[in-house]
Amino acid sequence: MSATALAPSGSPQDASESERLRNVHPLAWQNPTPHGRYHLLVIGAGTAGLVAAHAAAALGAKVALIERQWLGGDCLNVGCVPSKAILRSARLYAEMRSAKHYGVQAPAEVSVDFAAAMARMRSIRARISRADSVARLVAAGVEVFFGAAEFNGRDSVTVAGTTLHFKKALIASGAGPETPDIPGLVDAGFLTNENIFDLTEPPRRLLVIGGGPLGCELAQAFARFGCQCTIVQKLPLFLPKEERDAAQLLADALAADGIEVRLNTEAMAVTVKAGAKHVDLRSDDYQSTVVVDAILVGTGRVPNVAGLGLSAAGVTFDAERGIHVNDFLQSSNRHIYAAGDVCLPHKFTHTADASARIVVRNALFMGRQRLSALTIPWCTYTDPEIAHVGLYVRQANDQKIQVRTFTIPLHEVDRAIADGEETGFVKIHIRAGSDRILGATVVARHAGEMINEITLAMVAGIGLGKLSSVIHAYPTQAEAIKKAADAYQRTRLTPWLRAWLRRWLAW
Amino acid sequence: MSAVGADADDRVSASTLAAPVSDAVLLDALQRAAFDYFLQAVNPHNGLVADTSRAQSPCSIAVVGFALSVYPVAVAHGWMLRADAVARTLLTLRFFRDSDQRGGEQSSGCHGFYFHFLDLRTGARVWRSELSMIDTALLLAGVLTAAGFFDADSADENELRQIADALYRRVDWRWAQQDGGSIRHGWKPESGFLHYCWDGYSEAIMLYVLALGSPTHPVTSDCYRAWTATYQWENLYGYEFLYAGPLFVHQFSQAWIDLRGIRDGFMRSKDCDYFENSLRATEVQREYARRNPLGWVGYDEDCWGLTACDGPQAEQLALCYRQGRWFGYAARGLPYGPDDGTLSGWAAAAALPFAPTCALRAMRTMLARYPEMLTAGRYASSFNPTLRDTDGNAWVSAGHYGLDQGIVVMMIENWRSGLHWQLLRDCPYIGNGLRRAGFRGGWL
Repeated sequence: MSATALAPSGSPQDASESERLRNVHPLAWQNPTPHGRYHLLVIGAGTAGLVAAHAAAALGAKVALIERQWLGGDCLNVGCVPSKAILRSARLYAEMRSAKHYGVQAPAEVSVDFAAAMARMRSIRARISRADSVARLVAAGVEVFFGAAEFNGRDSVTVAGTTLHFKKALIASGAGPETPDIPGLVDAGFLTNENIFDLTEPPRRLLVIGGGPLGCELAQAFARFGCQCTIVQKLPLFLPKEERDAAQLLADALAADGIEVRLNTEAMAVTVKAGAKHVDLRSDDYQSTVVVDAILVGTGRVPNVAGLGLSAAGVTFDAERGIHVNDFLQSSNRHIYAAGDVCLPHKFTHTADASARIVVRNALFMGRQRLSALTIPWCTYTDPEIAHVGLYVRQANDQKIQVRTFTIPLHEVDRAIADGEETGFVKIHIRAGSDRILGATVVARHAGEMINEITLAMVAGIGLGKLSSVIHAYPTQAEAIKKAADAYQRTRLTPWLRAWLRRWLAW
Repeated sequence: MSAVGADADDRVSASTLAAPVSDAVLLDALQRAAFDYFLQAVNPHNGLVADTSRAQSPCSIAVVGFALSVYPVAVAHGWMLRADAVARTLLTLRFFRDSDQRGGEQSSGCHGFYFHFLDLRTGARVWRSELSMIDTALLLAGVLTAAGFFDADSADENELRQIADALYRRVDWRWAQQDGGSIRHGWKPESGFLHYCWDGYSEAIMLYVLALGSPTHPVTSDCYRAWTATYQWENLYGYEFLYAGPLFVHQFSQAWIDLRGIRDGFMRSKDCDYFENSLRATEVQREYARRNPLGWVGYDEDCWGLTACDGPQAEQLALCYRQGRWFGYAARGLPYGPDDGTLSGWAAAAALPFAPTCALRAMRTMLARYPEMLTAGRYASSFNPTLRDTDGNAWVSAGHYGLDQGIVVMMIENWRSGLHWQLLRDCPYIGNGLRRAGFRGGWL
């Protein structure tokens, strides 16, 4: 049995932070003494690890969970939870500034209290950490070990000097922020998702390198906190994987928030002069320099595979893709599985959750569930949000699948008009000749909520035509989905059918 | 060089609009006034034509393509003597034949392509502009149009056709194709190819057809498939159509190519054709303007025209609207914008072949409401009724743009006589390009 030190936190040590740390890595935690072989040994207590550990333990398995830092992983501590908390505060500031558009007297002066917003974030994070706490794990029968895990064979792992043996193992070690190779960046210092939530005051000028979801969400939030934000992105297209209209709407929204988006632009070097960071940029033949107070890097995430002793366990991996798994999430060692960010291209919390559930079934109960069978929605939580599920039109075209798209701009939806939230659309793609939903993109203030209905329809095999007969509460923005379904139904009125109906009614 | 029959009385003005005029008179006047732009904006020493009527405007090679396409109209209408039109066309073609093709910073082009903007006097690249694939295509569309129209067996017209053929044949389209994919937007001597390709439905049908039809340096056959794989077929406001927001996308290539009744694989799968699609896109414009979700002044089903055009700029106006942006020159589109209340009257004229009844009604409505959109008798690039001056007049873009004038001349002509459509139907390169793109049926 060994004690582990409290994992460091850069956040202000207030009551909220103390509670979070008590939950996710208590001071003076004593690792238990292992007894026998574990049915399932889980490395990493992020979303995938926690879900798998709880699920397996609930089904009666003997489970060990190893975490090197904080229970809850990125999502709870430095990802979804803190970012959504500050996005909400930032959105309220934006709404206060635009109050007059809603017929509301705007505050005479909107002064940003960044520290209060961050304190609220810490409070929310601490509250949500209760669900991921070590106490809950112990109560569920999971043996929790803090420390760095390293395989020392095909069926054993060492943590904090103790060797654990397993029948099956799950690697859910997650991913971390990529550090781009830009001369001077490391010396100048930069922010990532791992330390930006520790800030106690906002930078006056912020450069975001990388125009992905993280970069866009935080750039918009910090712009609304009053920062002068610039996004630079090496790729020529903004959000290149998204529907072009969705990307354009978001680009317009970011511009309206005063964010400068520079596409096709590469950060070449960083120097520090008089305390400010000078970043040299290049776009084709155009070179310029921006001067900022902070740099946020959001260029991508790399799987955490170093130091795990994967080779000793016979687990194939590489630094870019992470652990190589088959469709059953089995690694090259058939007793070792992986789930979540360490092996999946879609690095989302809900994908980590779903993949972990697959592993529990496949590893412990001879399941044959496939990753490829999942229908995975995702959402970028900007304002407006961009949510997507299933195929994009481009993907369908590449697969030679004939697609019809039914588009409802939100200015066609009464609730969106009433809410003053008309920026956006619902696009639902169906296979031509049927009403089978292939995919959808929603851009709306709460697109993440709206996409779930379409995901449900896809998973349950409900066609777009059937959605037309589903009564949607009026007025709601999700009514856009029904309007798309109604538009589909109208196309079924062929000239022949119209003529027949006319004859019927005449009779 | 002389213009025949130039008569200021032919021009449409607020006063002539006060009296009822027939459609024919209205269209005659608008077409003639638009054509006159090319007489006024041309450099008579090399045939290059200014992008706009504004001071210091360089030449746009696309506008030269329109110029070469409207000289035949002028000859057909008796606005130019054939000999004058041949001389001017020859002058232009000789310039491009003899232009610096070394691809340097001061050259006119390379690989048979040309830089987007050239010095009106010297023909050298200006504004560090890109070697432009689409603008070269529009230029060559004009070149082939001229070659088709000037078919006499005379020394000048033989030379004209010979140079036109040589200009087309020397374009290395394959060089501009991304590996196994679509065609790139452009290239710069300082930095190489731009990192964008012609993806998504756009005005680039002409580009792809020319690139496929080349007997010398065609793109590979998978190029067109790579392009159409990026199409989006959408049901919007009750219309199913190949979606693109700005109206000019649905118009420009069809100023030259007659796409009535011929279909590529994509359109066959949708039981539609591009001409019908442009009609639907026009109807969608009317539906959007009727809804007018952003509440701009003037919009309704007979007042529309969101397209690529000039527009107000915040720096000029010191004004902001609720989203805080005026867009200046931009490809305005629907239903998601950009839309800052700026419309183009000429876009309705360019819709004539597709939706003549709606287009004429819109032209008349807009001209009656906002006669200030016509300056010197021709369409300004755009107007914005939400922004009014102290006299109550809508904001109007200063001067004129060559692209706008060219499309007005051509689309009025195509609607009335089908002149350009017929000329390029007879061009073997166009037919070959269309067939390689998979077009079948109809006149093809």
